[in-house]
Amino acid sequence: MEHPKASMSYIPGQPVTAVVQRIQIQKLRQDNNLILGFSIGGGIDQDPGQNPFSGDKTDKGIYVTRITPSGPAQDAGLRMGDKIMQVNGWDMTMVTHDQARKRLTKKSEDVVRLLVTRRSLEEAVKQSMCPKP
Amino acid sequence: MEDFGMQSPTVMEAGDEVVEVLEVYKTVEEIQEVIVTTIEEDSNTNSPPVASSGPGRKTSQDDNWGETTTAVTGTSEHSLSQEDIVRITKDLEDSVGLDCRRYFTLTLAVIMGLLVFLTPLAFLVLPHLLWPEKLQSCGTACEGLFISVAFKLLILLLAVWALFFRPPRAGLPRVIVFRALLAVLVLLFVVSYWLFYGVRILDSQDENYQGIVQYAVSLVDALLFIHYLAIVLLELRQLQPCFSVCVTRSTDGEMKHYNLGQLSIQRAALAILEHYYCDFPVHNPALLSASKSRAAKHLAGLKVYNVDGEFPAAPAEGPGNNAAAGLAHSQSRAMIAAAARRRDTSHNELYYEEAEHERRVRKRRARLVVAVEEAFTHIKRMQEEEQKKAPGDVMDPREAAQAIFPSMARALQKYLRTTKQQHCHSMESIQQHLAFCITNNMTPKAFLESYLTPGPTLQYSRDHWLARQWTLISEASVTSGLKDGTVFLLKCVDFSLVVTSKKIPYIQMTEEYIDPKSHKFVLRLQSETSV
Repeated sequence: MEHPKASMSYIPGQPVTAVVQRIQIQKLRQDNNLILGFSIGGGIDQDPGQNPFSGDKTDKGIYVTRITPSGPAQDAGLRMGDKIMQVNGWDMTMVTHDQARKRLTKKSEDVVRLLVTRRSLEEAVKQSMCPKP
Repeated sequence: MEDFGMQSPTVMEAGDEVVEVLEVYKTVEEIQEVIVTTIEEDSNTNSPPVASSGPGRKTSQDDNWGETTTAVTGTSEHSLSQEDIVRITKDLEDSVGLDCRRYFTLTLAVIMGLLVFLTPLAFLVLPHLLWPEKLQSCGTACEGLFISVAFKLLILLLAVWALFFRPPRAGLPRVIVFRALLAVLVLLFVVSYWLFYGVRILDSQDENYQGIVQYAVSLVDALLFIHYLAIVLLELRQLQPCFSVCVTRSTDGEMKHYNLGQLSIQRAALAILEHYYCDFPVHNPALLSASKSRAAKHLAGLKVYNVDGEFPAAPAEGPGNNAAAGLAHSQSRAMIAAAARRRDTSHNELYYEEAEHERRVRKRRARLVVAVEEAFTHIKRMQEEEQKKAPGDVMDPREAAQAIFPSMARALQKYLRTTKQQHCHSMESIQQHLAFCITNNMTPKAFLESYLTPGPTLQYSRDHWLARQWTLISEASVTSGLKDGTVFLLKCVDFSLVVTSKKIPYIQMTEEYIDPKSHKFVLRLQSETSV
């Protein structure tokens, strides 16, 4: 098991390992638009120091900054502060903000399968592996 | 001078409790009050304080004395306070003493100067007078030296006149140490030259005149170098700032900071006083009366009575004094405790009084500004051509000032009264100032500035530079140098200036080079997109 903090950030030369959760979101059609019901922030062209959700302030990954209540994302189990690692198999840890947006809003797809990670997942796995006496 | 007089206790009426009769009178501000309170069971003159006139009046045993006394409060029109009298007598007696000392030092300096100047000339002339036949004739080089002596003496004369013979700007309490040292040095120097001359040249009647002339030239050179030393010690040494002094006025707390070099305490005091006249706003005793009256009210609020006790009428000698001191201690402690417990609302009064005063001042100021602006519109400067054409109604600045003054006089006087400045400006001085402003094309605002804010003491008339006699009060000797933490007082009749000095710390400066091309910037974004 990697160090929890290290798994959320990128150490150059080391493979990124994380405990992830699969989330499948069905896009909702709304006035000729397909929406997912959340907002993203971050990207390699953005300022990582202003990210309130990241543990390591040099993490330039894509984070979920807002969730529309009772929208498709919330129903699927996405939570605010989640870091999106993959979208439909495409990596999201080293993309620009615009690339991330494009990958999520492809008009040809109406389902997105995300791999997200959050700190509580790491804690849960660690606790289950070393049960307290 | 305050005068406290206390009389022995008198018993008012038989059958009543022992009471205390205190007659307290002060001569400061010519307010005389006699406060008499009695504790009587069946008398109707209970507790209200009654003022009576005359300090030597004994309280009679008459029942009706409460109704027949008159109250005397306030000052008379032509009063002269103790401070004025003290000041006048001091001025009279000190002016004589100071002049004697000044003339003494002046004559001493002149005598020494003459001695110093005539010495080289004497060196040159004496051989010709005493042994003219034996003397070798003066060749070209020798005569060239004559010119050199003449010009050097001229330069020395001008330099000494420039440095030493300036009008003295102050009389310091003690002699300036450096000047005394230099005088002694010059005297020793000249005396040693004379000794050498007397022994080696006059006694042996040396024929080598060129040697004698060179000797005289060396004397003048050395004198010029001593003058250089004098410049460095007296003028240059204190230019580099070394100490930062903080000057506080004792009456209203006005504080200013100055940088001074290495000076003796008396010279530093002189420098500070010269700054004081330019920088500090003029001392206005009328502004302090409010806090004094508040303090008096605090004191008058509580009185300590010693019922059933022995009041120490006169301070006892020796061990008996402890009883009196202990009694006074317990009394003051009781007063402080009572004052702390009492719910004092004087802060409320102060707040509302100040707000009211502020409002009044601003209203009067607005009226004044409007009146002055209107008055100034009535005056117009006449051009050259117009002057020739209409010589009828032409006025010079003084008459113009007198013409427009009445329209603003009332507003100005009311404003000065409200800000308690009316004694600083006489009508004559206001008219003079108005004529001055009109002559120099000043705006009404420029005219008013000197009345709206209290300016430095120099701005007011000569009789307002009240104190030209200052006393330097210091624990260290006044000829010792300023040090870190020196404190001394400059006292004049109305107030004193408290001066503390601190050493300016040694500043260590390092450099850092910035390449002009190194100024680069990036854009830091954090955008949020909803999907």
